[in-house]
Amino acid sequence: MRKVRASIIGFGSVGRGVAEVILQKDDELKSLGIDLDVVAIADSRGAEVNSEGIDLNAALARKNETGTVAIEDLTGEYVIRNVDHDLVIETTPTDIETGGTGLVNMLAAFENGRDVVTSNKGPLTLKYQELMKAASEADCKFMFEATVGGAMPIINLIKSTLAGNEIQSIEGILNGTCNYILTRMMEEKASYEQMLAESKELGIAETDPTYDVEGIDAACKLVILSNSIFGQNATFQDVEVTGITKITPESLALAYDEGYVIKLIGEVRKDRLRVSPRLVPASHPLAVGGTLNVASVRTDLAGTVTVAGRGAGSIETASAILSDVISIYRE
Amino acid sequence: MRVSMDIELKDAPGQLLLALNPISELKGNLKSIVHHHEDRTPRSTIPVQLVFEVEHENLDLIISRLEENGIGVARVDEKRFMEHGAVILIGHIVHTDIQDTIDTIDKTGFAEVVDICLSMPHIDKRSSASLKIDAVGRKELHEAMAVLKEVAEKKDLLVIEPIGAEVA
Repeated sequence: MRKVRASIIGFGSVGRGVAEVILQKDDELKSLGIDLDVVAIADSRGAEVNSEGIDLNAALARKNETGTVAIEDLTGEYVIRNVDHDLVIETTPTDIETGGTGLVNMLAAFENGRDVVTSNKGPLTLKYQELMKAASEADCKFMFEATVGGAMPIINLIKSTLAGNEIQSIEGILNGTCNYILTRMMEEKASYEQMLAESKELGIAETDPTYDVEGIDAACKLVILSNSIFGQNATFQDVEVTGITKITPESLALAYDEGYVIKLIGEVRKDRLRVSPRLVPASHPLAVGGTLNVASVRTDLAGTVTVAGRGAGSIETASAILSDVISIYRE
Repeated sequence: MRVSMDIELKDAPGQLLLALNPISELKGNLKSIVHHHEDRTPRSTIPVQLVFEVEHENLDLIISRLEENGIGVARVDEKRFMEHGAVILIGHIVHTDIQDTIDTIDKTGFAEVVDICLSMPHIDKRSSASLKIDAVGRKELHEAMAVLKEVAEKKDLLVIEPIGAEVA
């Protein structure tokens, strides 16, 4: 049985989802030879540290009641540098302008010889090569399946299951919010503005939905795929981006009459990164509805492999994080 | 362009070769040959169906060479446009001169707008249109799309293309 001491840095919906999943899956983890103890949890207001293992139920309850997990006035970075542990689960919010605290946290983790599993796209979009170099020099594991498709396995599918194949292209729907809005616009023959309002009400779109609807979120995921799968050194500036804000209900109806649905498609090839609304034949595997994410991977040996799954949601994202943790430590 | 042709051969050795030579000499690319040896015409000739691709200006020459070789040409169907594309446009499509947008495709000579369906919800709102474009080949269809995207950009129209539309 491998003892793994972990910290959860960032205790928003994803961090809390991770705590819930660890509670729920303790037996499964043990059966895979992993004895996982969370020894520190940090949010923006402080941290709880307990080298004997934190009572996750109590931490979740306290967060619910008081809005913070904090018991001590410690930052996430302090915890990473000073609390003795093996794994940093980095779930702070994405900042694609500077990389934000996520970037600081990840570099601090590698400096201290700790493995990192993250759902945070910002640092990977901005500083992929630098982070990989830091991880490799420190001989640390660095996994980030949760940054691209939530519960839809794409990076590990390509790196493990499709190992040996040459990857020619990846295309798919990488943003559940846009997919929801376009699906509902077609179903209800309603305007973009109406369906954006509906998705905000349901909590599918953020209060500021710019990242999603302008295609920026999908573009960041393409950058991560391009760098991790194709070994490129791409940044956000390398992606041609068109969002969904100009799509009309009439255009969706006209497309449907011709046998197509309109979807925001992200496309990665060695020489091209593009996010744009595209016509997808209604019977095509990429024509999934609702908040689903989907990706088709074109390979030389296996042909085209398509995978779909829930792209967002705290438990779904936590599932991708758990799968990364297991693949690092299973015996 | 793609040509489908029915010819009639005499039942003698070497006739099929005699029929295929003019096509290959004039750079035709044979796609299929169906030779109905057991199925004679009332004139006791053997019907053969050919499908080939060839430059438009060479077709008449092929027909006359076949006839010079004593081969009857019973039927010729030309299909100039082999590739079909669809695209959606969103924006002020009519106010930015829809005729001019269509003309830019038609003027290429290798592609044409063959159908347009327009939806205009309100004078102040963006219109949507679906366009069908036919072209003589895949490469030409791709070029026509590029021409359309160029004019659409000037007119602030959003072009939505099908997935997998690029030429490999």
